[in-house]
Amino acid sequence: MSYVLIVGAKSDIAKEVARTYAKNGYNLYLAGRDIDTIKDLAVDIRVRSNVEVKLKELDITEYETHKDFYQSLEEKPLGVVIVSGYMVDQKIAQNDWSESLNTINVNYTGVVSFLNIVANDFEAQRRGFIVGVSSVAGDRGRKANYIYGSAKAAFSAYLGGLRNRLHESGVQVLTVKPGFVNTRMTKNMNLPKKLTAQPVDVAADIFKAQQSGKNILYTKWIWRYIMLIIKHIPEFIFKKMSI
Amino acid sequence: MSLSSWGMYPEIQNKSYPLEDLSKLNECIAYGNGRSYGDSALNENIIYMKPYDYFKSFDDNNGVLHVQAGVLLSEILESFVPRGWFLKVTPGTKLITVGGAIASDVHGKNHHAEGCFSESTLEFNIMLENGEIKNVKKSDELFLATCGGMGLTGIIIDAKIQLKKIKSQYINQTTIKTKNLRDTFDAFERYKDKPYSVAWIDCLAKDDEIGKCLLMVGDFDDFGDLDYKQKPRLNIPFNFPSFALNKLSVKAFNWLYYKKAPDGVSKQRVGIDSFFYPLDSIRNWNRIYGKGGFTQYQFILPLENSFEGLQEILKLISESGKGSFLAVLKLYGKKNDNYLSFPIEGYSLALDFKIEKGLFELLDMLDRVVVKYGGRIYLTKDVRVSKETFEAGYADIEKFREYRKTNKMDNKFNSLQSKRVQI
Repeated sequence: MSYVLIVGAKSDIAKEVARTYAKNGYNLYLAGRDIDTIKDLAVDIRVRSNVEVKLKELDITEYETHKDFYQSLEEKPLGVVIVSGYMVDQKIAQNDWSESLNTINVNYTGVVSFLNIVANDFEAQRRGFIVGVSSVAGDRGRKANYIYGSAKAAFSAYLGGLRNRLHESGVQVLTVKPGFVNTRMTKNMNLPKKLTAQPVDVAADIFKAQQSGKNILYTKWIWRYIMLIIKHIPEFIFKKMSI
Repeated sequence: MSLSSWGMYPEIQNKSYPLEDLSKLNECIAYGNGRSYGDSALNENIIYMKPYDYFKSFDDNNGVLHVQAGVLLSEILESFVPRGWFLKVTPGTKLITVGGAIASDVHGKNHHAEGCFSESTLEFNIMLENGEIKNVKKSDELFLATCGGMGLTGIIIDAKIQLKKIKSQYINQTTIKTKNLRDTFDAFERYKDKPYSVAWIDCLAKDDEIGKCLLMVGDFDDFGDLDYKQKPRLNIPFNFPSFALNKLSVKAFNWLYYKKAPDGVSKQRVGIDSFFYPLDSIRNWNRIYGKGGFTQYQFILPLENSFEGLQEILKLISESGKGSFLAVLKLYGKKNDNYLSFPIEGYSLALDFKIEKGLFELLDMLDRVVVKYGGRIYLTKDVRVSKETFEAGYADIEKFREYRKTNKMDNKFNSLQSKRVQI
């Protein structure tokens, strides 16, 4: 069975996405900055699903390594799922340039570098799928989260363009926009229960949307409508709001 | 964060911590998937165990599975039924963690044949009050104290459990419709050699119909596929208004349920989910009791007193009119040596009640009958039993208390329940 490459395999969403693909028979490349942190997950998935799981070291911000990384994969993947991401409190990011830069590089620059390589290969092969986990935070800049949000906005725009380009070659590009998700990234935030998804449900949504050829997925689905409203609030009102 | 268990009562404010923080905390209790009914897993500080959900190894030759404590039984089934393995012991919901299964020493429809979950537990690792991790084998006293010990000895980290071989995902089920309690007891006796058995009792039946039931017994079919997929579940998206469940609606449900089954003895071939986990197919079924919550009253009586005691209790319940959709009756096998495991040889009855005025008085009344006949209450379901009633049922409680004290567990590991009954 074909391989799916999961980039940023350490995250809680990635863990469930990986399990979901494995459960459906796919072999996996799990890529992360520190292989030690995903070793247990690899064992877990092998025991659960009896599929091949290979660990690969990849730093999304080490752009110059991306080409070699991709070429070194024994078998080219059928699909790539980008789950890597970095979010730090807005106050910290706006006062510390290195934090701002890291937010931009992990969420955007690095992903562009990596997906450019993947896209060229998939386009040539005329097959494959790319899933990018962006965020609803990219739909409109808010004072609470706009550095992270702007990087995700750029990522969403990139995925939109990529989808447009690769459509002709039959390569699917899925943009995923999770709302609140109950993960380590958000563990200190007080999230409203009804709007907050569990990683396992997000993963199920992603798998289903990818398999059925969708373009943009909001998860939970209600976020499509929340963001629709938020996007349409006139700027002269929005600028006074705290949301 | 506000937290409750499956009964949605009580609800308390709490803080959740990872395992690493254990030694820093004054007091805490492990919380898994929140499927115990009452206050067994509630404390201001909880160690939330769901994230510790890694499978570690499986041996195809002997069926030994090593998993972390936060793994749900449903996840084990999803991976291993298609490969021809099943849990040796499973309760009526698969939505519990392995850690919770050990701490409650859960049992299932095959208790008379296979015993409790601890009988299929080979060993486990547990974090003690000082943060030390200890490997525990069957021969250790800590094994006897921890299995059924309601999380009061430490935090179970991972466990090796024994799975059993199955040849298909189907169960050949026989349903026996009985007319009264005597009839029901006879039927249990008659089908004793069937590995799985359980009865649904109509608690609102009156007079000479008291104790009438549908007894379902069965075993795995040797033929058929193993293509087990968990179906998407129905959901109850909001709490029912509290008047939705009343004597009339329960009566109608019970009547329909009982009527639906053919008279006498009938045979069916059913899947794992419908045989073992009928209620799991409805997500949040606890919401039908309304936002005030509900409790399950489960007791067991020694075999020699079971008939008399059940007759008396069923009469009290029927007279009270506080019905329950589900009243589950089961004949248990021999008790094990664990200090606080619930099962003893005899009959157990479990009933759900909406929390409402007058309920606890009724349950106190039932307690007195249970104690009179030498029975005991199941802590995993309980939210209100008194220290006296609890102690009367559990002869080994002093041993357990002593053990906790000697090993400095009594200050660190506590739940609202353990404080209430002063375990």
